[in-house]
Amino acid sequence: MNLNRRHFLVLLPAAAIAWEAVLAGTPEEASNYNMSDHWWGMLIDVPKCIGCGNCVRACATENDVPDGFFRTWVERYHVSDEDMTNPTVISPDGGKEGFPVATEDLEKYFFVPKMCNHCADSPCTQVCPVGATFVSPDGVVLIDQKYCLGCAYCVQACPYGCRYINPQKETAEKCTLCYHRITKGLTTACVENCPTGARQLADLKDPKDPIHEFLRTHSVQVLKPQMATGAKAYYYGLDGSVR
Amino acid sequence: MFVVFLVVRHFVVPKTFGQYGHYRAAAIGEIAAHPAKYAGHETCEACHSDVVEKKMAGKHAHVNCEACHGAIYTTLPAEKPKMNPYERFVAMFIPPLPPDPPLLRHAEDPMSVKPVLPDTAVLCAKCHTASAAKPKNFPQVVPADHSGGAPCDACHQPHNPAIDAGGAK
Repeated sequence: MNLNRRHFLVLLPAAAIAWEAVLAGTPEEASNYNMSDHWWGMLIDVPKCIGCGNCVRACATENDVPDGFFRTWVERYHVSDEDMTNPTVISPDGGKEGFPVATEDLEKYFFVPKMCNHCADSPCTQVCPVGATFVSPDGVVLIDQKYCLGCAYCVQACPYGCRYINPQKETAEKCTLCYHRITKGLTTACVENCPTGARQLADLKDPKDPIHEFLRTHSVQVLKPQMATGAKAYYYGLDGSVR
Repeated sequence: MFVVFLVVRHFVVPKTFGQYGHYRAAAIGEIAAHPAKYAGHETCEACHSDVVEKKMAGKHAHVNCEACHGAIYTTLPAEKPKMNPYERFVAMFIPPLPPDPPLLRHAEDPMSVKPVLPDTAVLCAKCHTASAAKPKNFPQVVPADHSGGAPCDACHQPHNPAIDAGGAK
């Protein structure tokens, strides 16, 4: 074969790309876990939440969340009869240590757990300038801690306020849906520690998953559906006043 | 010039970048490799079958063990991470993230990692203190009126709290 300069310039990048593909291999994965078999979501059963803060404390312990920052938190809504679309919302220290006692029995009160919605079309991953945050093949929005610059663009982009910059690491952090647990066959720390079952992990690719079945057979909704983020934190029994 | 670009690119772009999308695919495995602190109720139940029987008979059947007992573990000293020459060069300018320290959980070494018995006066009140914001069908009391300051486990057995289920421990 007569290899001239033109052929060489075409073949060299092709060879480089092929060589990189060979070097890449397959990423390290937990054993017996196949990403393509799962598509994770979360069911939040609002009427079951008692505002104990167990989920917030468990998340902080499991994921070393610094004080004053939250990957999940609980809000208490107070909806007055006079203005039902403008509730008063409190979340002291993310609801970590519970809430002050509400004594007005005739008023409308309820708790709403909040967390990353693991959006299929998440705004936070679209704005990352370096590809440090992404939706994994099993539907979890994750952050590559080694690649994140800490520019905080994603913190601004998340419409649900679910991200923060870790003051020690100076990188963005968020709920990983306890990816290190669900890939080992465990459930998330918040689900494991919720005493009333107000949170349940759902595998939307498993037709036999009882929570998947619940989502199919009950009226559920997501937060801020008008933003078309493809949110996968499904709320059951959510009041219309919740933002 | 182009060859220089390819050589530099080869070293600078991570090996798995672009495998699944515009990100480093190896990060998925790194995140999945973090140690889990909460062992999960199945792990507890493998040894504490007597408690499972008590729990299953009462209203706390669906409250998992670590919801009250917490994650029971100690942290072991972390090993120094292995780095290739390029990573060592980068680390001179950008200090790497500290590695996850390995954990030793109660389930792995029950004799050296021991749980602390929760204080029922504090623990039970976190869920059962009466509030208008809680679901109406959830059992709630005003602790000061209900027990006069006595700890809950003076009357209730936490694994099956109904009084007629056995009362005090």
